[in-house]
Amino acid sequence: MKTEIQLTKDMFEKADLSNRDADKIRRPSIKYWPDVWRRLKQNKLAMIGLIIIIAMLIMSIIGTNINGFEYYEQDYSKINVHPNSEHWFGTDELGRDLFSRTWLGARYSLIIGVLAAAIDFIIGVLYGGIAGMATRKVDAIMMRIAEVIYSVPYLLVVILLSVVFSSAGAGTSMFVMILAMSLTGWVPMAILVRGQVLQLKEAEYSLAAESLGATKGWILKKHIIPNTLGPILVNITLTIPRAIFSEATLGFLGLGLQPPKSSLGTLANEGLAGMTVGNSYQIVIPALFISLIMFAFNVLGDGLRDALDPRLRK
Amino acid sequence: MKRYLLKRLAMSIVTLWAVITITFILMHSVPGNPFAAESKMPKVVYENLQKKYGLDKPLTEQYFIYLGNLLKGDLGDSMKSRVETVNDMIERGFPVSARLGVQALLIAICFGPALGAFAALYQNKLPDYISMIIAIIGISVPSFIMGTVLIQFVARNVDWLPIGGWGEFKHTILPSFAMALMPMATMARLMRSSMLEVLGQDYIKTAKSKGITRAAVILKHAVRNAILPVISVLGTTISNLLVGSFVIEKIFGIPGLGMFFVKSINNRDYTLIMGTTIFYAAILITMLLLVDIAYMFIDPRIKLTKEGR
Amino acid sequence: MEKVLEVKDLAVSFKTFFGEVEAVRKISFDVGKKETVAIVGESGCGKSVTANSIMKLLPMPPAFYKGGEILFNGEDIIKKTEKEMQEIRGNQISMVFQDPMTSLNPTMKIGKQIVEGIIKHQGLSKEEARKKAIEMLELVSVPQPEKRINQYPHEFSGGMRQRVMIALAMVSNPKLLIADEPTTALDVTVQAQILDLMKKLQEKLDMSIIIITHDLGVVADMSDKVIVMYAGQIVEQGLADEIFKNPKHPYTQKLLASVPRLDMDRKESIHYIEGTPPDLYIPPKGCPFYDRCDFAMKVCKDNMPDAENHSKSHYSRCWLNHPYAKAANEGSEK
Repeated sequence: MKTEIQLTKDMFEKADLSNRDADKIRRPSIKYWPDVWRRLKQNKLAMIGLIIIIAMLIMSIIGTNINGFEYYEQDYSKINVHPNSEHWFGTDELGRDLFSRTWLGARYSLIIGVLAAAIDFIIGVLYGGIAGMATRKVDAIMMRIAEVIYSVPYLLVVILLSVVFSSAGAGTSMFVMILAMSLTGWVPMAILVRGQVLQLKEAEYSLAAESLGATKGWILKKHIIPNTLGPILVNITLTIPRAIFSEATLGFLGLGLQPPKSSLGTLANEGLAGMTVGNSYQIVIPALFISLIMFAFNVLGDGLRDALDPRLRK
Repeated sequence: MKRYLLKRLAMSIVTLWAVITITFILMHSVPGNPFAAESKMPKVVYENLQKKYGLDKPLTEQYFIYLGNLLKGDLGDSMKSRVETVNDMIERGFPVSARLGVQALLIAICFGPALGAFAALYQNKLPDYISMIIAIIGISVPSFIMGTVLIQFVARNVDWLPIGGWGEFKHTILPSFAMALMPMATMARLMRSSMLEVLGQDYIKTAKSKGITRAAVILKHAVRNAILPVISVLGTTISNLLVGSFVIEKIFGIPGLGMFFVKSINNRDYTLIMGTTIFYAAILITMLLLVDIAYMFIDPRIKLTKEGR
Repeated sequence: MEKVLEVKDLAVSFKTFFGEVEAVRKISFDVGKKETVAIVGESGCGKSVTANSIMKLLPMPPAFYKGGEILFNGEDIIKKTEKEMQEIRGNQISMVFQDPMTSLNPTMKIGKQIVEGIIKHQGLSKEEARKKAIEMLELVSVPQPEKRINQYPHEFSGGMRQRVMIALAMVSNPKLLIADEPTTALDVTVQAQILDLMKKLQEKLDMSIIIITHDLGVVADMSDKVIVMYAGQIVEQGLADEIFKNPKHPYTQKLLASVPRLDMDRKESIHYIEGTPPDLYIPPKGCPFYDRCDFAMKVCKDNMPDAENHSKSHYSRCWLNHPYAKAANEGSEK
């Protein structure tokens, strides 16, 4: 390798050292959340999921009023009508319009999913946060309790509670359903939060903060929560489809919301009867919706997890 | 290790006791009385029934009697069926459910981890995308939907596959498959991410630096380690299979325990609900325990770390 | 001297989201028979990439060979297929990695991990291979090898694991051993033992060693030849004596000055090199050390100097070697 330049003596004078940049970072620097969002946007599947969720949300709000039939309206002259230009998703065996009922179902399914996730989140963060910050003894006891609760079969409890409350004449209301799901559902979140807190509590930056005289509350708020947010967000995104799935299963087992209300699960249950007499659209449509919602939340959750994983940063 | 085992066993017993107690309290807090539906019942009959099921005694006494019976393995009489006890029903239904469950589990275990490992080896290439699409569909489509789809589109078009019922092997094919899909997909996803993690480990590089074949590196070093987290969730997988069995048995009309359970719920047969719930819980808790113990033998590191705690 | 390995103009890059990172930029060196060559430099200077590229163990993609050749026994490694590489790895070239805690398979018994390579390269039966594995453990001074062979890695201490790693690398009497920071993760006392072991084995087995390290103590202890890398390039190369007694490149000088010594005055602070090496995402046009060099001149900013020989075996790449620079320095001193 030959250097192809003309060297002159003055080039060998001391360089001006004032504007050197030994610590300059040449790579474009990227902030955390915008970078997460950028990587999430690159994930086509996750974006499809997000679009489906947004569309579902909008339609579950306005969808029941679009084609002029109320979800509870019964028309005995038009029972089991297959999908047509008037009843877009057909009607059920009582002549109710399935388009409106499906969106009502989607509404309840989404509300149940989101609320259950929200309650899991609140209980989980509080319980896990307290256990993580508490002394070792308290922590151990709290975690044993959580472990016991968690090994109680989840759906069995939900079913039992639904039985109790629906026998009380209240019907299985949305409230009962969410309560039942949250009873054991918060444990994974609590374990996650506790693990993160423990890990971060010992991390050097919180030690540094503590040595500077920060209180535990301050550390929790300023250091621990922001760093735990990622995994929690992923957990929430994946809790929602689980709650929706549980609700659908309950509905399908006949333990869901009482008519004329509907969830996607109860619609599928009603549709199962329709399927045996040749009206398979009655089950295909709610089934498709359940699957779509589950799909959307799952791929979004996956995408978020990948986007948040610092090891995957390129 | 012995200490850990004992501790783990004690935990399981406490959990089971908790389930029993919760179930008992819940079932006895149902307002009204279990025979309310048959309200035209003469008073004498009603009182006899109360006596027969011990409902005339105080609740705490009832609880201890129930616990005592459980210890003897007696789950009590059904409130609706006059001929069969809860034990009889479980004896009749459980083998059917167990067979389905085992078949589904075998399908899931055979294909799930393989699919995940395959996807990880071809990360971001076509095989990865195909496997993960299958897995995503698997976790997005609840088993009751999968079951109805299979009936509608497979059983109705394939003559030798029945749309429901029980008796021969052919009756088990579609329900096993419908039940297997979700756990299979879950395992595949878990296996993929754990495999990706393992493939980035130093010891994989060491293995490669020994000059052994790619197949040996993958099978002996990568898969062997990557499968550990999949095994550790096997307990939960079995629990999910169980839930799947409720709906699958309903759809395919299979006379298993799940069907009894669903029926008992719809009939409000409280003793049967209690009995099956406790039976299910016992099975699940045992499974979780067994998986934990098995895991200890599979992962050589556990013995030390758990003991250390 | 007979050459075992010749690296000529080797360039290795990584494709990343932002573009190409040039991790190794046209380096050349060779390793003679029974010779120990040390590659030193800060983290991120390309030493590990160099080591892994000789074994073809870089993840490809994102890594790729951009140019040059790696001649081992006169044959170019870069052109070899994966199958051909399997015959070389662990047989003719072996590698010991930095972290013994993570470099052994946690779920496989030590014996089995050693036996694997023996069976592959020597075609011995299982029983013979087991005997050989015990021999190898004895060779690296692992006590009670018959018992140890049936244990798992977590039952070994860090130093013992590194011994196992070395045993594992030695099974087929390789011609070349690449040790990538073999002592960095170990306690100081254990470090010396491991280096000692490597030296002994080298004597016994007639092999060449490439040792990658940022620890100059290790270098002084072991090596015949020293290669100083900075920002993916070789900035100075020479016999160990030449580098330690007569370092020419300011970077080498600073590296040597940054080693704390016992005879240092207590008031004297430990020297360190300010700043960090440049990011190789866009490598600087001129001398990469420009930003951190005490002697930086105008010419350094945009021009990379050629190698200047100080002896048959010693060269450096620095503009200070240029006659003009000497003249200018003398001028300023007057």
